[in-house]
Amino acid sequence: MTELTDITGPAAEAEPVAFPQDRTCPYHPPTGYDPLRDGRPLSRVTLYDGREAWLVTGQATARALLADPRLSTDRRRDGFPVPTPRFEAGRDRKVALLGVDDPEHHRQRRMLIPSFTLKRATALRPWIQRIVDELLDAMIERGPGAELVSAFALPVPSMVICGLLGVPYADHEFFEEQSRRLLRGPTSADTLDARDRLERFLGDLIDAKAKEAEPGDGILDDLVHHRLREGELDRGDLVSLAVILLVAGHETTANMISLGTYTLLQHPDRLAELRADPALLPAVVEELMRMLSIAEGLQRVALEDVEIAGTTIRAGDGVLFSTSVINRDTAVYDDPDALDFHRADRHHVAFGFGIHQCLGQNLARAELEIALGSLFTRLPGLRLAAPAEEIPFKPGDTIQGMLELPVTW
Amino acid sequence: MHMDIDIDQDVCIGAGQCALAAPGVFTQDDDGYSTLLPGRENGVTDPMVREAARACPVSAITVRERTA
Repeated sequence: MTELTDITGPAAEAEPVAFPQDRTCPYHPPTGYDPLRDGRPLSRVTLYDGREAWLVTGQATARALLADPRLSTDRRRDGFPVPTPRFEAGRDRKVALLGVDDPEHHRQRRMLIPSFTLKRATALRPWIQRIVDELLDAMIERGPGAELVSAFALPVPSMVICGLLGVPYADHEFFEEQSRRLLRGPTSADTLDARDRLERFLGDLIDAKAKEAEPGDGILDDLVHHRLREGELDRGDLVSLAVILLVAGHETTANMISLGTYTLLQHPDRLAELRADPALLPAVVEELMRMLSIAEGLQRVALEDVEIAGTTIRAGDGVLFSTSVINRDTAVYDDPDALDFHRADRHHVAFGFGIHQCLGQNLARAELEIALGSLFTRLPGLRLAAPAEEIPFKPGDTIQGMLELPVTW
Repeated sequence: MHMDIDIDQDVCIGAGQCALAAPGVFTQDDDGYSTLLPGRENGVTDPMVREAARACPVSAITVRERTA
């Protein structure tokens, strides 16, 4: 608590809230964060080990700090906030792209952006539509009734990212399970072991690709045959990049599909509005991104003292960002807890902000529009097959989403 | 309102937010960097340009209103 004594301004007034907490409803921020929703842009919070960090909850402050080069994403630095035990795993190891600062980050990102442009995502739409159609055909054939996470929400992005990267989908059970352990632990040892297994799996794949005379057409093939061979990227960084692209490429979108479906089914009037006007689909996806804010608790450490919102963040302080609360800032959004497809402002930070803003966001939007649009078009009678409040969802210390989603039609 | 646009490609991270917000003005080149569509180099009047500049996560876009 000694850090609090020299802080002036509104942030010093309240008792620190615990972070992270589990959501009470899967599409709303935890009710335990209510004290943080009083208009203060940042507050002190207590982490599981008793340490404290800043939690940013105001949108203008979040946008300023996420774009500020004085905040680092390098988890190897002293003071980097550890919100849950599994994040202790491998803190001494470099994580490519999202765990490095500029200029190294820019050098890595530059190699990837041609593969993730808006144009490229648009060009991939017919292929994504085929994947979605085939999965729905199979699910409908087996129905009525399905567990939507395993039948649809997970395989859609898994097949898409495998095809894009050049990873065999035949190995999906292995990498989906290891991704789950990487992101949920629960222990530091589980997370570290999952990361080792994923690195071995992708390292072997990269070595096999390097021996091929003619490169395949996946992103990994391109990185192996150009960037690795030309010395722009070493094998360790390439393996780390491959792990991030594979994990982030399927887990996040899968959660958005499952939780997005659940949320729409819980808002029948809004669902009817979408069904009456399919042109609303891009706005529906954007509003679901804002409302669900599945990537909660972005992490940074301050490299220098930063004056913001009448407060001083000291060099070495941990800074966390509650995307779910930021995206319901009442200074920006009227009735922020409502699902509203007609909001004028689309500056939510569900994909982050600053140099680390999600590389795959254009692909994610395309996948979500096609998956959710096709699901509700093909199954006009889609409904939950269990009481809504009994369907399990993920705990607060990981990417938010449904653990399972029993549906029928 | 007539506006001139500057894009700092050294700062651009290829997020594509500008092309999403103002598809009549911005696109991404072969390297993924933001660039103006042909014919937009001499200024535009599209009001979504301001939205595109605000959506840019790295403030790579500068919009200047042209005064007669």
